[in-house]
Amino acid sequence: MSTPPDFVVELSAEQRKRSRNVGFAYVVLGLISAVIFTNRPGDAGFKLLDDFIFVIPARPFASVLAIVLVALGAAQLMRGLGRWTNVVLAIATMSFVVGFLTWAASGGSFSFTGMLQDTVARSVPITLGAIAGILCERSGVINIAIEGQLLGSAFAGSVVGSILGPWPGILAAMLIGVGLSAILAVFAIKYRVDQVIVGFAINFFALGLTSFLTSRVLTPYPQYNSIKPFRPYAVPLLSDIPVIGTVLFTQTLFVYVSFAVVAVTTWALFRTRWGLRTRAIGEYPKAAGTLGVDVIKLRYRNLLIAGAVAGFGGAWWPVGTVGRFDQNITGGRGFIALAAVIFGRWHPVGALSAALVFGFSEAIQLKLSNLNTGIPSEFLLMSPYLVTLIVVAGFVGRSRSPKASGQPYDAQ
Amino acid sequence: MDRISRTTSIRLTLLAVLSAMIVGAVIIVLSDITSLREGDFGTAFGTVLDAYSALFIGSFGSLRALSNTISSTTPLLLCGISVAVAFKAGLFNIGATGQMLAGGMFSLWVGFSMHGPGIVQIPVAILAGALGGALFGAIPGVLKARTGAHEVITTIMLNNMAAFLVLWLLKTTIFQREGRTDPISKLVSPEGILPRLFWFLDDRKDLLAHSGFYVAILAVIIFWWLLQRSTVGFEFRSVGLNLDASQYAGMHTKRLMVLAMMISGAFAGMAGASEVLGTYGYASQNFAGNIGFDAIAIALLGRSTPVGTAFAAVLFGALQAGGRQMQANTDVPIDLIVVLRALIFMFIAAPLLVKAIWRVKAAQTVEGQSFRGWGA
Repeated sequence: MSTPPDFVVELSAEQRKRSRNVGFAYVVLGLISAVIFTNRPGDAGFKLLDDFIFVIPARPFASVLAIVLVALGAAQLMRGLGRWTNVVLAIATMSFVVGFLTWAASGGSFSFTGMLQDTVARSVPITLGAIAGILCERSGVINIAIEGQLLGSAFAGSVVGSILGPWPGILAAMLIGVGLSAILAVFAIKYRVDQVIVGFAINFFALGLTSFLTSRVLTPYPQYNSIKPFRPYAVPLLSDIPVIGTVLFTQTLFVYVSFAVVAVTTWALFRTRWGLRTRAIGEYPKAAGTLGVDVIKLRYRNLLIAGAVAGFGGAWWPVGTVGRFDQNITGGRGFIALAAVIFGRWHPVGALSAALVFGFSEAIQLKLSNLNTGIPSEFLLMSPYLVTLIVVAGFVGRSRSPKASGQPYDAQ
Repeated sequence: MDRISRTTSIRLTLLAVLSAMIVGAVIIVLSDITSLREGDFGTAFGTVLDAYSALFIGSFGSLRALSNTISSTTPLLLCGISVAVAFKAGLFNIGATGQMLAGGMFSLWVGFSMHGPGIVQIPVAILAGALGGALFGAIPGVLKARTGAHEVITTIMLNNMAAFLVLWLLKTTIFQREGRTDPISKLVSPEGILPRLFWFLDDRKDLLAHSGFYVAILAVIIFWWLLQRSTVGFEFRSVGLNLDASQYAGMHTKRLMVLAMMISGAFAGMAGASEVLGTYGYASQNFAGNIGFDAIAIALLGRSTPVGTAFAAVLFGALQAGGRQMQANTDVPIDLIVVLRALIFMFIAAPLLVKAIWRVKAAQTVEGQSFRGWGA
């Protein structure tokens, strides 16, 4: 691929340094793959379909992947990859992960398709939480309270869902999401309280209240905490496509809605008047205000929409998976969603990709515990957080947050 | 804080506590489904009185209650100072939990490896805890200084990683207690256990408060000295107030960032040391509990000042101690404490709201922003 002569990108010193670090990281990962992932003989089986297992000799395959990684790293180090950086990042990550899986599966087989299906399902609350975060931050309000919104709405979804059925449960979850957003909005916008502080207070409040009510009400009355969760719905025709059909089109309603939410948010943020105004009040509210945008009103509205999105994401736990609520069932997914916002550079599609990465690292640890790899389970459980850490440290530096995010608006 | 009159500030805090108690009472009554179904409001209101009186008696009602309050306050205070130091330097350290775990494991290792004398072993173990916390705190500091990764994200991730790391360590032969298969550590040698605070009351073995409390008080003094009397503290505050101006004035802002996180981590590490060496005498998987998160509320309540943080820690510690009594005496679960803390926190964070509810006339309060963007 030759660069057109009129398209010369001047890299800053900072970018060059980052590019070098990334290249260096690829080489290191490649060497790790070469040394570790090739030390187990035998065939690795990836179960792709119910009646088809893709078998490949583990050692040579892992070696090839390690060479690919080192080569990519060398290329990055020698000349930088410019606009191919993201593609290369994807290929490099995949090489490493597949190499790891080959190593782990050598001498056995595991359901690759099932793992990917699980990945997509598990990414749902993170995606929706991240979209809620993006809607808030793009409008200039930091939302640390995603965790609390997910938790509160999961509780409401379970209780109302148990009494009235799953659909009213989802509605109640969304209402709780909106309610908690309203608290954030009133405190942050009207009373101009530090947004991080309100967000934390909401997290505390949601955790405390749901734990309290779970011990005091749901434990003695289990009938209020038992809901019939949605079954996966196979989309006609599309679900018949091998592998992809299972991964993307045999899922619960939540997966389809979360994809739709990502698409709609992307379109709305970058193609509509509402989106332009939202981005304006997140970047430079004074200018937007001067030009006649009602900053306060738009912030309120966007926060409430974000609450509904997060609420829907919270309903995923009771209605989309286990059919019940447990204390602290979200287990920090709201904070992972916050990381996805940053990792995804405040862009819905970016957030979706980040959520899929986190979903993958959650799904992988379940599969790997079935394979006997000799890795202590604690390290597998640690992996999603390590991935986040590396990703945030390695790649976030390139992103820039909405400028006014976190600042209260003062019309004067 | 300087510009608000002290009486107003104290009055607002008391009103915030009162408001939180009232909302808490409403929650207790509404969640008493059995009584409400029978229309028995008397029982429901009786539960509120029982719960709140147990809360008070369990925290200050006796010497034993006081001892429990001190026990609960000690780690909260140390972690509160940890978060407050970071706040002063403009950093939001959510990682006190992880730093506490790291510090606790370091001091635990010293605690069971050495065998006295106590006068040497105890200080060494506590310093090891501070070192462990500082090293673990340095990670988000370095990541922020070098790559711009925001500490809110990195510290949360490190908390989770620390939890699993501790779980794994507790199953290794170095740490696991002989003859056990569950993740539980060896016992700290008797010389290394922090002495009881009420050592002079020989017949009261139920008074569990230990001299980790002195460490906490010392930490408050160090924190005060650091902020008010040292150059580094001045630079922290300067960086916290205006990063660009500090950079322009010639301060090594990146180095200060790392240093602030290390000092912050050291305080949290000492909290871990105090828990391991004093409260438990060993380490189990979850010895840090939720203290790191509560510490954020404590630092914010105390507006990151030494005295304010100390008062906030005592308030939270008392709630903790009283909450256990409440759970034992009534059927109100201890989780109510988390609700009360959140409410107090919320009401104090929004003085305008409390003023509006209680119609207090007071000078406009000054609110700072703890958040200055995601960096990068």
